[in-house]
Amino acid sequence: MAKEEKPKLKLAVYWGAACGGCCVSVLDVHEKLLDIIRVADLVFWPIALDTKYKDVEAMPDGNIDLTLYNGAVRSSENEHLAKLLRQKSKILVAYGSCSHMGGIPGLANFSTREELFKRIYDTTESTENPDNIRPQTEYKVAEGVLKLPEFYNDVRTLDQVVDVDYYLPGCPPQTERLVEVLMAIVTGAELPPKGSVVGALDKSLCDECPREKSDNKLVKRFYRPFEIEDDGKTCFLEQGVICLGPATRGGCGARCIEGNAPCRGCYGPPPDVPDPGAKMMSAIATMIDENEPEAIEKVIDTIDDPAGTFYRFSLPGSILRRKIT
Amino acid sequence: MKQITIDPITRLEGHGKIEIFLKDDGDVENVYFQVPELRGFEKFLEGRCVEEASQIVTKICGVCPGCHHMASGKAADAVYGVEPPPTAKKIRELFYMAHFIHSHIAHFYALAAPDFVVGPTAPAGERNVLGLIAKVGVETGTEVLKQRRIAQEIQALLAGHQTHNVLVIPGGVRKGVTEEQRADIEEKSKGFIEFSEFSLKLFEDVVLGNKEYVDIILNGPYSLKIHSMGLVDENNKVNFYDGKVRVVDTEGKELCKYTENEYREYIAERVEPWSYLKFPYLKKIGWKGFVDGQDSGVYHATPLSRLNAADGMATPLAQKEYEKMYETLGGKPVHATLAMHWARLVELLYCAERSLELVTDPDITGKELRVPLNNKPDEGIGIVEAQRGTLTHHYWTDEKGIITKANIIVGTTNNNAAICMSLKKAAQGLIKKGVEVSDGILNMIEMAFRAYDPCFSCATHRLPGDMPLVINFRDKDGKVIRTVKRD
Repeated sequence: MAKEEKPKLKLAVYWGAACGGCCVSVLDVHEKLLDIIRVADLVFWPIALDTKYKDVEAMPDGNIDLTLYNGAVRSSENEHLAKLLRQKSKILVAYGSCSHMGGIPGLANFSTREELFKRIYDTTESTENPDNIRPQTEYKVAEGVLKLPEFYNDVRTLDQVVDVDYYLPGCPPQTERLVEVLMAIVTGAELPPKGSVVGALDKSLCDECPREKSDNKLVKRFYRPFEIEDDGKTCFLEQGVICLGPATRGGCGARCIEGNAPCRGCYGPPPDVPDPGAKMMSAIATMIDENEPEAIEKVIDTIDDPAGTFYRFSLPGSILRRKIT
Repeated sequence: MKQITIDPITRLEGHGKIEIFLKDDGDVENVYFQVPELRGFEKFLEGRCVEEASQIVTKICGVCPGCHHMASGKAADAVYGVEPPPTAKKIRELFYMAHFIHSHIAHFYALAAPDFVVGPTAPAGERNVLGLIAKVGVETGTEVLKQRRIAQEIQALLAGHQTHNVLVIPGGVRKGVTEEQRADIEEKSKGFIEFSEFSLKLFEDVVLGNKEYVDIILNGPYSLKIHSMGLVDENNKVNFYDGKVRVVDTEGKELCKYTENEYREYIAERVEPWSYLKFPYLKKIGWKGFVDGQDSGVYHATPLSRLNAADGMATPLAQKEYEKMYETLGGKPVHATLAMHWARLVELLYCAERSLELVTDPDITGKELRVPLNNKPDEGIGIVEAQRGTLTHHYWTDEKGIITKANIIVGTTNNNAAICMSLKKAAQGLIKKGVEVSDGILNMIEMAFRAYDPCFSCATHRLPGDMPLVINFRDKDGKVIRTVKRD
């Protein structure tokens, strides 16, 4: 039918430990969908198509031109698919915060699997489980055997499991950035070096933030967002509210800031910053308007849940990685 | 015993798997619907600042983030013992109506409608949104994508981003609505009403106008007699943002009506060793197993159950459609699983009308966006009606408002037992000794859980092309003895 045309790009989208928001960001191309399917064939996308795992297994290696893997690696099923898709894909992209850095599900690395199971299946106030039943990877029922994937002790990023070509950050990534990246590949534009972050800026969020900034960021204490009367205009840090802008790559369009909420770092660290939490702590250190160690400590104590805030989207990919047990 | 495995189940939000066990004569013995994933939000919310929870829990589901955002925001209000000012409450609800509209359009047009407009046993390659567009025309198809886009844009305008919501803060909202934005949303809400009425007309012409479909809805293997749950306002009308949870029994009589603070007296959750997802049931009746009927503890929380549990709709056009639905289907309550699609469209019209009501309310551009938090934080519960069922968030905090414990019962989770049973019924009704398991039959089994929309709606754009489905029949040792393929 289309024999004289250029072969269509073979595209796959898969989710590991994810919420579906990355897939929605793909769907949010809206009416452009009809243009995209003219240049790309979706060959595997569980949210939308009925291609099964065995169909992917049957594909020749390198058969898929581009795979967008979203979600973290949390279970044996996630890991198996990450490896399978690596083998079948020419280009593998870690799409979204979870595959890039662990994302929100990565906050589970503050606990062990056992602590998690105990809360979910035993102690939650609406759970009635007198026999201490836990989901089993293999369970014999009257009619046969039922299997579940193994739930790992920790959440991992995609590149902790397989080789990754590019990272497209965000929770979820901005749909416009995805379309740009897709079109660059379709038109045969020169691709950036392997390991690059694509679909984002090479500077921090502060550079694209519309809020007014001065040179004076000194504060005597920090505030939770509800503790101040936000004026809607001034830099959150200057108002004493923790904002991860300095430790975060731009490219999101400052969407949370536009909604009057401080940044929580879903686009990951800017170039040459290995760890967003460490970067944020050094930024905060320069803001404290005190000189004595005791007074400095007091200011720092006004930051509630620093680990869960500075590593909101990045714990598994950070230097902390997980709770030490 | 033969075993049929479908893995992964596709076109749902998240991961799923079905195991069908067949007797030696080919009849269905049992069906298991397994959820092979868990992320554990209840655990890792511990230690977080309570006002941050509303942004963390949007990552439970990227299709219905707004529901978690709302329930979490209400729970945080309760933790501080405050009520948001009228403007804030109305802005939240206005956002929430756009959220419902995006999701209901996605589910109906991309998932449900192809089965009816194109046909339940039409070739698989046509049974998708492009097949649908071919039937209804490109103009209508583009209109569907456009209306969903507008609903997403309204959410982004009010909440920063349509998926990454930052609207709520304990005691109110972070951002107000300008007159210019208000006027724009008013026009768009009128468009939603028109589009919802068009959708109901389409349903009437294509589905109700076809005797075969009406027969499938009413007499097919899709009926499940279980109790119905839904949020209602002070007049027992359907509400999504606020109210009490009402449950009616299989005959339509009120079983209970509870406030958020009482949920634990009425709902309990069961653990099965073969699924990571728990199974809620009505606590006062108790867990009686995967059985339907008046004595069962199983209920559903879906568009149909919400209409069953309420006395009507709070807006005039939706009320008319509500009456028409029950009149056509033989009175309340309705137990035909496929009627969930009709109920979803009645709700779509309600959301559109409610959106217009809210956006023309003078309070909506008010300047009082939040109240100060002067009380000591401790414990709070927030309930909203999510697209896929009643949603409960319950937080406990220390004196600084840091979460010490969290409990969440998610919309789709309410329907876990009901989905298992609906699949079994459909499989039993459709797979029989001597009957060839055709592509049409496979699709008709899938239609049983598609009706529940267990976050299926991500698949707004069910793309054209091959949609193969492979079922392996295995013997006791797991050896494949027969493969049925739908290409």
